[in-house]
Amino acid sequence: MTKPEMPKAPDSRPKVLAIASGGGHWVQLMRLRPAFADAKVTFVTVRRTYQSDVPGEDFRVIPDATRWNKFKLLLMAAKIFWIVASVRPDVVVSTGAAPGYFAIRFGKWFGAQTCWIDSIANAEELSLSGQQIRPHASIVLTQWPHVAEASGVEFAGSVL
Amino acid sequence: MIFVTVGYQMAFDRLIDAVDQWAAKHPEAEMFAQIGPSELRPKNMPFTAFMEPAEFTRRVEECSVLVAHAGMGSILTALQYGKPILVMPRHAARGETRNDHQIATSQRLGERPGIEVAKDETEIADKLDRLASLTAPPKISAVASPELIARLNQFIVGTG
Repeated sequence: MTKPEMPKAPDSRPKVLAIASGGGHWVQLMRLRPAFADAKVTFVTVRRTYQSDVPGEDFRVIPDATRWNKFKLLLMAAKIFWIVASVRPDVVVSTGAAPGYFAIRFGKWFGAQTCWIDSIANAEELSLSGQQIRPHASIVLTQWPHVAEASGVEFAGSVL
Repeated sequence: MIFVTVGYQMAFDRLIDAVDQWAAKHPEAEMFAQIGPSELRPKNMPFTAFMEPAEFTRRVEECSVLVAHAGMGSILTALQYGKPILVMPRHAARGETRNDHQIATSQRLGERPGIEVAKDETEIADKLDRLASLTAPPKISAVASPELIARLNQFIVGTG
């Protein structure tokens, strides 16, 4: 009853683009890594030195910018577009802020499922980026039950 | 060793100045400060503008207590290494950040053991005097809550 041998299957793991800006956003993304166990992950962030947190992984650096510097923001968006277009992720996951906004918008154009996890720092209400990405992301999660209740977005635990 | 840190994005001179003044009166206290992109030159404690993630981790491991802005990177790292942390929130009105999320963060997380909050610079000296009485928080796991990991993993696998 042996089946004929099939050609070796190509890597069928989902491709995940995990993206965050620096500081707390990146620290929170790192705490989510066990969730990527069954995936092929590309990490994207704003500081080259963070590569030491993900040795041996696909790691890309983008220019750092906030919504308050329009020119740098444009450079950041262009670089993210290029990464999304070349990686073609199945899933985009972000813990914020501006880089995640762009990656989810572009990812959606290429058919990716997208997940925004609002930073645990936003203990009062959804972040501005979170509010802006909400109509575009497949799912938006807050890390605070009371924010979930007030905003209607999903709560499913926190990075703590 | 008291490790003072304000993250890499913006200076937080109101905190650094208050800690430096306290250090002048406590020459016996071993201190090290990471002050960010600042013009300030602390006179009573060694300092650096930035540091690599590896050095940051080492400083946290070696210190007895952290004094920091109420940024999630600092707070999560302190909790992960079981170090007590005194935080002071940045204020948007003073140009120290873009919005007042650190005030909400410090209020919510200040309820946890091992996290002490100084509302402003006038409370810093007093809180620093009582640092020794701060109990170390229980070490948190290096990863997010099982609930959040499971939710995200399900999202990734379900779409892959």
